[in-house]
This record gives sequence, C-alpha cells and structure tokens, in this order.
Amino acid sequence: MRALEPWVEAPLQAFLAESEARLTLLMTSSGQVVAQHGFGRSLDVMTAAALGAGIVASTEELARIMGAPKFEALVHHGARQSCLLSAFATPRGRWIGLVVFGQETSVGIVQLFFEQLVQQLTDSAPREPAPAPRLAENFEHELDASLRALFGR
Amino acid sequence: MNAAEAALDRVTRVPGVRGALLASSADGLVIAEQLMNGVDGRAAAALTGSLVARLARTTAGAGLGAPVFLHLRGEEGSILAVPGGDGLVLVAVAGPEANVGLARLEMLDAAGRLG
Repeated sequence: MRALEPWVEAPLQAFLAESEARLTLLMTSSGQVVAQHGFGRSLDVMTAAALGAGIVASTEELARIMGAPKFEALVHHGARQSCLLSAFATPRGRWIGLVVFGQETSVGIVQLFFEQLVQQLTDSAPREPAPAPRLAENFEHELDASLRALFGR
Repeated sequence: MNAAEAALDRVTRVPGVRGALLASSADGLVIAEQLMNGVDGRAAAALTGSLVARLARTTAGAGLGAPVFLHLRGEEGSILAVPGGDGLVLVAVAGPEANVGLARLEMLDAAGRLG
C-alpha cells in the first residue's frame, strides 16, 4: 500500500485489513491518484483512475438527468472478482474509491468498511485547503512524481 | 405478508429478540429486516454473512458438514444465525434476557420454510 499523503495510510491500512480487498485506488474526482494498494504497474493505476473517474462522472450526470440524488456507489458483480466504485466528500475535496475484491470477502463487508474508511479519512484529513489544481505545464512532471511515490521507484 | 416477512415476524415475536433480518450469505446484503432502533442491520448482515461463510468452510474442513445454527454470545446479548437454502441466512439479534431455545426452534423452522 502506498499513499501520497501520510494521513491517508492508517485509514486505508485498516480498510485493507478488514475488507480483504485485492486492489484499492483512492483518487480525486479528476482522476489524480492519492493512494493505491495491489497494483503492480503504474500504467494499470493510470488506466483504472481514468476509467473510474470517467464512470463516476457519467453516473453522476445520469443521476442529474434523471433528477435523482447522486449515486452512492456502483458495484460490478463478477464471477470471480467484483468492483466497488464510490465517490465521497472529504475536507480535501471530492474523492473516489475503487475497490476490487474477490470471493474471500463480500460486497456487504466491503461496503461496510468502505463507509468506515470514508469516515476515518474525513476525521484524519488536515484542515488546510486542498492543493490548487495542477497547471498544465507541470502536469506531466507531477504525474511522474506521483507515480514514482506510489510505486516506490 | 410474503415468506421473508413471515419468517422475520415469527422470530421477532420471541421474547427478548430485538430484531431479525434475512441476508444473502454470499454478498452479505440485507434482503429483509425487522429491527429495533439502534441495531445496524447492514453491519449485522455483512458481518454475520461473512462469519457464516467462514464457519461453513471450517465445519466442512473438519468433516462436520454445513453449520445448522450459530449462537454468538456477547456480554449484552447474542447473535443467532441459521443458514437456510438458496444462500440465505436468517439472523436474530437477541438481548441477554432472550429465550434462546425458543428463538432457535423458531429460526430453524422459519429458515426451513424459506429454503
């Protein structure tokens, strides 16, 4: 498990221990990765983050068109692996969690401890404002730096 | 009243039982519930479903077959669970004063009618 900000580590570690999730990705609503667990390649993280953020944006727009409140979570049930995708508010802005889990756990367990993760992140988040959005000219450099931090190289 | 509601109704009539729910043991989600205020049905369903699944693997590994009745006794009450057919699990949350023997009989019968 690796996180760009140290205060994310303890809540995420607790979530991983309780939920038995195989892969977990925390990102901002724009797809900037905050923490990851289980991914072996930076390309996979970038792809999952981009797809996850896109799916959340699509479902939120769908909810808006339907005149419904935002969807709390989206769960894909697979034969061997399932995926939970959920957006949530934090003091550092709106984040998205993407969790892949297998038959060693259940969607009920993952949802239960994901809610605890969200609460713990909210309680642990520093109160200073979130960093300003990355400037376009620094984006590639910042992305490389983030991926190096997330993969320890 | 459908079969699930009838099962929960029978269990919650037992003195001392604070609530009952029917959950899917595979995904730990609530199917139906009759719970008193203060009992978190989603947490009970998720955790009991997980526990029943693990116990099933344990009893199978020990050559004991599938678990029939689970009584998890705490300081201030008990969790009772009966795995039913079709991947369902019937769960009751009971206070310390509950008649566990009667609850067991009602739960076994109710779960049998569900499956």
